[in-house]
Amino acid sequence: MAIKELQSEEQGTSLWQDAWIKLCKNYLALFGLAVLGLLCVVSLLTPWIAPYGYEEQNLILGATSPSVEHWLGTDIFGRDMLTRIMYGGRVSLTVGFIATAVALLIGVVWGAVAGFVGGRTDAVMMRIVDIMYALPFMIFIVLLMVVFGRNILLLFLAIGAVEWLTMARIVRSQVMALRKQEFVEAAHSLGLSQWTIIRRHIIPNTLGPVIVYTTLTIPSVMLLEAFLSFLGLGIQPPQSSWGLLINYGVETMEEYPWLLIFPGIALSLTLFALNFLGDGLRDALDPRTSKD
Amino acid sequence: MLRFALNRLLQAIPVLLIVISATFLLVHSAPGGPFSADKAVPPEVIKALEAQYNLDQPLWQQYVSYLGDVLKGDFGPSFKYSGRTVNELIAAGLPATAELALYAMLVALVIGISAGVIAAMRPNSMQDYVPMSAAMLGICMPSFLLGPLLVLVFGIHLEWLPVSGWGDIPGDKIMPSITLGTGYAAYIARLSRGGMLEVLSQDYIRTARAKGLSERLIIFKHALRGGLIPVVAFLGPAFAGLLGGSFVVETIFQIPGLGRFYVQAAFNRDYTMILGMTIFFATLIILFNLLSDMLAIWLNPKLRQQQAGGNN
Repeated sequence: MAIKELQSEEQGTSLWQDAWIKLCKNYLALFGLAVLGLLCVVSLLTPWIAPYGYEEQNLILGATSPSVEHWLGTDIFGRDMLTRIMYGGRVSLTVGFIATAVALLIGVVWGAVAGFVGGRTDAVMMRIVDIMYALPFMIFIVLLMVVFGRNILLLFLAIGAVEWLTMARIVRSQVMALRKQEFVEAAHSLGLSQWTIIRRHIIPNTLGPVIVYTTLTIPSVMLLEAFLSFLGLGIQPPQSSWGLLINYGVETMEEYPWLLIFPGIALSLTLFALNFLGDGLRDALDPRTSKD
Repeated sequence: MLRFALNRLLQAIPVLLIVISATFLLVHSAPGGPFSADKAVPPEVIKALEAQYNLDQPLWQQYVSYLGDVLKGDFGPSFKYSGRTVNELIAAGLPATAELALYAMLVALVIGISAGVIAAMRPNSMQDYVPMSAAMLGICMPSFLLGPLLVLVFGIHLEWLPVSGWGDIPGDKIMPSITLGTGYAAYIARLSRGGMLEVLSQDYIRTARAKGLSERLIIFKHALRGGLIPVVAFLGPAFAGLLGGSFVVETIFQIPGLGRFYVQAAFNRDYTMILGMTIFFATLIILFNLLSDMLAIWLNPKLRQQQAGGNN
């Protein structure tokens, strides 16, 4: 009983609380968190709070600059830009989260297995990662989209399959380093089972870098999606994403610059927020950078 | 050093083979052949075309003969531009892309390193925050947004610079180079700041300061060499990124380069073109990774000794 109480007390002053306090002092990171939270809420509620229907056109109205009825203006079909950007954001965020989840899953499993098993298995697995690092993935994704058609599911998989490599490296090095730590050895000599050690010591201590890197993967995935959609190789109409909206905006930017500028702001602001949040989390969660 | 280079070159061979095989299989497993796409063509014509491009042979035979051709440096004819080979198209697009990549890299290095070094000289001051916030802005402003915005402001409204082309009108190379280089300038700024901060806290810098050397001398003579190692190691991946970025920039500014050809080939389903260019890009990227690794080792005495130790 006494030991249990002691343990829970130790968890009370954990890395996590410490990290949270540090994060709260970082206004840019908090701003990032707020933007991300707002974005998630808006995306979830879009069908109910969007000012107009997604397919609502007004061909007589055509493209108009921002006004009281249409806060962000309308496009050449008279479609409300705010509505389009809200629906586009849903797609962009979904791609961001799902592709990152794919990358997270592959990367964590790969890295953890390599780090745990060690020896020859580790050497072979990390060699594969090294080889894949050398491949031109941007080009491969274009290739995949051409060969298999522009399928959104494939987009998730393709982007996820590209972004897991760094995650695998981070998890592996973390697991390897942890295995040699005194407190893990102590746990071993106390007779704790392998699974308990993994659950108690390895997972919580690997979680920090994994969270940080996940936060930084989401913006790079969203950027990749926007890049492909801009080229016309990503999201296909009638679906829409910020990259696609920017693509349309470029075509008519001379006459209607707001069609380019508003989706551009939406994308940049989101990337900005996520990057600041990731940087803030790194400062808060990485014990090595927390000293200065 | 030589041994390291040879070793890495040898390692690159299986990687390239994997690339060629994977690309070949992918392209050939595509649903619908290259000629089945748009119009209703008589079956005899398709047969004749397939025979012309060896598509009637079994897959492994096509693979072996393609591999043989690639080893000789021959990527075969283009599917869509009849009468032109992939080699000719690559040769036509390479100069513009290489020049664009070079200028973009120059933009990235000059802006990035200066910003990073300036920031590292006074960490956590305005001199640090301003360039680093600008770098963050550069990272979050993708080329496909920055390019059109530059065109809108400097091309259309101010009419200072031409909005498209490459080498036709004086000044038409400025905006594409800046568009492509800015993102990398931002990364390089962050890398060089980190590298410089680490080096500046080392003992030999303290010694130099104790000797009473000027700050400028310390930075340029002592710190820069070590501080820029992360930047040099980033050059290989950056080059790969520049090739990918050239897809967008060449499309926006209508530059007749490899990137635009690749995107067009992707839309046209020009299979031999995609296959050839993917292999070409992969080879380039592997080569540049090797070069930047070697440069990083050459700059870092510790790694150099490790390599030398490995030789004995």
